[in-house]
Amino acid sequence: MSRPVLPFTDPSADRVVPPTGHTAWLTGFTAAAMTFLAVFALALSLASGRLADRWQEALSNTATIRISAPPDQIEAQTRAVLTLLSTTPGVGDARALSDVEQRGLLEPWFGPDLPVDSLALPQLVEFASADQGYDAQGLRLRLQAEAPGAVLDDHTRWRRPLAVAAERLRLLGWLSLALIGGAMAAMITLAANAALAANAQVIRVLRLVGATDGFIAGAFVRRFTLRALAGSLAGGALGALAIFALPSADEAGGFLTGLGFQGYGWFAPLSLPLLAAIVAFAATRAAARKKLSELM
Amino acid sequence: MIAFENVGYSYGGAELFSGVSLTLAPGSFHFLTGPSGAGKTTFLKLCYGELVPTTGRLTLFDGEVRSMSRDDVAMVRRRIGVVHQDCQFLDHLPVAANVALPLTVCGREADVANLQDLLTWVGLRPHTDALPPSLSGGERQRAAVARAVIMSPEVILADEPTGNLDAEMSMRLLTLFIELNRMGKTIVLATHDMNLIRATKGQVPARVLRLQNRKLQLAGADL
Repeated sequence: MSRPVLPFTDPSADRVVPPTGHTAWLTGFTAAAMTFLAVFALALSLASGRLADRWQEALSNTATIRISAPPDQIEAQTRAVLTLLSTTPGVGDARALSDVEQRGLLEPWFGPDLPVDSLALPQLVEFASADQGYDAQGLRLRLQAEAPGAVLDDHTRWRRPLAVAAERLRLLGWLSLALIGGAMAAMITLAANAALAANAQVIRVLRLVGATDGFIAGAFVRRFTLRALAGSLAGGALGALAIFALPSADEAGGFLTGLGFQGYGWFAPLSLPLLAAIVAFAATRAAARKKLSELM
Repeated sequence: MIAFENVGYSYGGAELFSGVSLTLAPGSFHFLTGPSGAGKTTFLKLCYGELVPTTGRLTLFDGEVRSMSRDDVAMVRRRIGVVHQDCQFLDHLPVAANVALPLTVCGREADVANLQDLLTWVGLRPHTDALPPSLSGGERQRAAVARAVIMSPEVILADEPTGNLDAEMSMRLLTLFIELNRMGKTIVLATHDMNLIRATKGQVPARVLRLQNRKLQLAGADL
C-alpha cells in the first residue's frame, strides 16, 4: 500500500483519484511549454519597457541645431549659435561637431572616402538639455533673429514614433502573456474535463459513500494544480536558462539589445509558476464544478 | 427516518410503481422481494437519494428529498450504508482502502485493528492488499458489505447481498445484518433468496415487503 512520496504530489488526492498518466503528462507538459513561452513574453515586455525609457531619455536629453549658410558665414553663425545657447536657460553643454564627426555620421550612407571639404554640408551643433528643460519655441525665435541659417531639431519627430513603437512592443508582450495564460487555462480545462469524464465511475463510487462535491472536486483540483505547478517550475527554469544563454547586447548588435532580465527583473519569472498554479486551480475548479453538476 | 408518502416512480414514461407509502422506522428489519424488474433496485435508490420520486413525497432523515442539495444528499449517505448489486469500487485502491473509503471521504482515519477485524469477519483478510479487479464476484460482494457497515450507519440497504455467495457465507452475512439490527440499525435487504428470509425468522422481527404489479405489499396486504 505504501507509495513513493514524489515532490508535489498530494497523498489524500492520490488516495481517491486514480493515477491518470495521459492527463498528467498533458497538464505538466502544457504548463511547462506555456511557462517557457511566458518567460520570453515577460522578457520581451520588460526589455521593450526599458528600451522605450532609454530611447525617450536619450532623445529628449539632446537636441541638434543645423546651420545652413554660405561657407563664409558658417563660422560666424556657429559662434553666434554657441553664444546664444550659452545664455539660454535650460540648455546644458553645447558644442559644434567636427568634420571628422560629421564624416562619421555620413559614412554609413556614402562610404569612408567622402570628401567633406568639397561638399556644402551644414554645420551641426549638439547640445544637452538641462534638468528643467528649455523653451524650444523661444529658442527657435532667437535663432531666427541671430543666426538665420540655423534650424533647431529637438528630435520630437524621431522620439514620438520610437516611443510609440516601444510602448506597442511592451503591450504586445503583456498581451502575449495574457494569451498564454488563457491558452493554458483552456488546455488544462480540457485535460481536467477528460480526467473527470474518464473517472465517472470513481465519482459514482465516491458519491455512494457520502463524498461531497467539494471533496471530489478538491481531489482533482489539487492534483491538477500541483501538476501545473511542477510543469511550470520546470518550464520557467528552462526559459530563464534560455534567456540567460542569449548573446549579450554588445555581441548581438543594436536591435535586440537587452532582451532578457536585468537586476531584480530576474525574480519576475519566479512569479510565473505561481500564476500557472492559480490558473490551473481556477480552471480545474470551474471544470470540476460544472462536470459534477452534470454527473448527477 | 425514511418515509414514503404516496410515492411513485416512472422511467421513460412507464410507471414502475406508484402510491407507495411506508415508513422505515429506526431499528426495523425489512426484506424487499418481488419479481425481476418490479423496481426493487429503484426503491433502494430512492431510499438513499440517488433517484427522486416522480410523484409523492419522500423524506430522508427529516429532509424532503426534492429540496436537498447534492451536499445534503452526501450527508444523508453518510448515515446510510449501501450494498449495490454491481459492487463498484475504486479499482486503483486495495481492498482495505476501499472498505475504509466512507471514512476517508469524511476525513477520518480507519482504525487498523477494527478494519482488520471487519475484513476477517467477511473473509477478506487474505485479500487486504489485493486490488478489486482481482476479486471474485462473491469476494466483491463481501467487500461491499464491509464498506457499507464500516461507518456503523443508521440504515443499511443491500441489493441482493448474497447473490454470489455460497450458503455458508450467506448465513454469515445474514448473521452480521441481524447483529447490526440488534444494535439498533435499520436494515432493508432486497433478495430473491427465500432461505435467507426463512433463516431470519425467530431471530429478529423482520417484515417482508413485496413489489408486484406496481404496488408495494406487506405480507400479502397492500401498503
